[in-house]
Amino acid sequence: MSELLAIFRRELTGYFATPLAYVFIVIFLFATMSFTFYLGGFYEARSANLSAFFNFHPWLYLFLIPAIAMRLWAEERKSGTIELLLTLPVPLWAAVLGKFFAAWIFAGIALALTFPIWLTVNYLGDPDNGVILASYVGSFLMAGGFLAIGSCVSAMTQNQVIAFVVTVVICFLFTVSGLPQVLDFFKGWAPQALVSTIASFSFLTRFEAIKSGVIDFRDLVYFGSLIWVWLTANAVLIDMRKAA
Amino acid sequence: MISIKNLVKRFGPFTAVDDISFDVEKGEVLGFLGPNGAGKSTTMKMVTGYLSATSGTISVCGFDVEEAPLEARRAIGYLPEGAPAYPDMTPMEFLSFIASVRGLSGDEAMKAIDKAADRTDLRNVMHQPIETLSKGFKRRVGLSQAILHDPPVLIMDEPTDGLDPNQKHAVRGLIADMAKEKAIVISTHILEEVEAVCTRAMIIDQGKIVADGTPAELTAKSKHHNAVTIALPESLGEAPTDTLKKIDGVSEVRVDKGANGENRFTIFPKDGAVLIEKVSGQATAAGWDVKALYAEEGRLDEVFRTLTTSDAEIAGRAS
Repeated sequence: MSELLAIFRRELTGYFATPLAYVFIVIFLFATMSFTFYLGGFYEARSANLSAFFNFHPWLYLFLIPAIAMRLWAEERKSGTIELLLTLPVPLWAAVLGKFFAAWIFAGIALALTFPIWLTVNYLGDPDNGVILASYVGSFLMAGGFLAIGSCVSAMTQNQVIAFVVTVVICFLFTVSGLPQVLDFFKGWAPQALVSTIASFSFLTRFEAIKSGVIDFRDLVYFGSLIWVWLTANAVLIDMRKAA
Repeated sequence: MISIKNLVKRFGPFTAVDDISFDVEKGEVLGFLGPNGAGKSTTMKMVTGYLSATSGTISVCGFDVEEAPLEARRAIGYLPEGAPAYPDMTPMEFLSFIASVRGLSGDEAMKAIDKAADRTDLRNVMHQPIETLSKGFKRRVGLSQAILHDPPVLIMDEPTDGLDPNQKHAVRGLIADMAKEKAIVISTHILEEVEAVCTRAMIIDQGKIVADGTPAELTAKSKHHNAVTIALPESLGEAPTDTLKKIDGVSEVRVDKGANGENRFTIFPKDGAVLIEKVSGQATAAGWDVKALYAEEGRLDEVFRTLTTSDAEIAGRAS
């Protein structure tokens, strides 16, 4: 456990040791706010909720989260520090989790820094803060899902650009599988069970459900198991390299 | 403290390490020698658990590296090839990270960091990002990381690569200091290093151990072992060759031109026979004007070249 913490701390301070953290946070805040106010029509809607704000999170995460995740393992492989890390007395799962949690908490910090909009909507009107809190939790869980995918992909390559592109593609599939256009394509010929399975794999479907203010246990299980599966694959990939 | 049995590592059809067995005891400094690609680094990577063996077993301080990897790794300090370290950290941050991963905290960690930094002479750069340090400092950061927890087993892949002669000397001094209470394995291309710090040398070629012994034993395998060189004036010509060949125990005499025009006769013995007294006696008897006379212990580089197949030869065979 102490090893996990040591790796977690190193990774998290690592983000802030380079301009990456600040660039990321600034772009994230700038993008969320401009989407909310210009594309989302936050003022024009004249309603005291943050759906205009949260609606864009899956699409922002699609590009921003892979940018955090791409370096997780690819950078260590490229610079050779992976040899140092994996010969320290650290269980592999602790290294995988330590890195993942550091990235997740970092994404959480960026997300938490959007709090002025929560204050704003409370100042302007009387929103349902339970729904907003649930949406924040859902957004954070979704970020975790994207990150787990990105961490696993990053373990496959020592090229960060490849890690980024492949992660975006996989995350894109996980996101759009809930869009009506995609589901319509399957509805014509595929059995209903398959269509609902595809829909249930979507981040969008899950996030929409949570955004309505209800954190269903099944949604927690969905994100939990998604993260677990991708991180397990991540650990297996790292371990396979030993036998190569 | 390190026990390796029938170790084999294959990468696809290529056998990098081919059935190697050996033990390293406390107090030993084992020098791994061999051309590039001979399997030195691969063997070290398997001992430290970075690669798993295709077959065979490795135990470190009684812990099998596959069965009890964490216990084995706790006993090991490892300097990987190229001394990798996180470039955005300072040596202080980096060593603190290593200390916390190794379960050291508070005063204990500070003491360990201080000691390792002192021994590797890092004091003045403790707060500069590692990426801004010179190659020599980076190497020393890697070294201090390896010795931080005072491990009973130390494995270093080319510890002096990239250091200047003074730093090399200092690192060899450090290794010699630690030698008594540890089992140390280093790999190197520098043959003089083996003679300077190693109590035992092992030459590896194409994944196999081709020689194993003390540096003195290995140099004794050299053709030059106990060879005697005598420098005689040019005026004598090459005539002394025949006289020298008649000495009992001589197998061959070679003549080279010396820097000052003298003739240098190198007399190679049969079976390592000691010849210097006989050669000296012959010179006196013949009344030669001897400019120089000396015997050699042998040449490690010669042993190295005879026992190993060079990359060039491998490439030649492949084409």
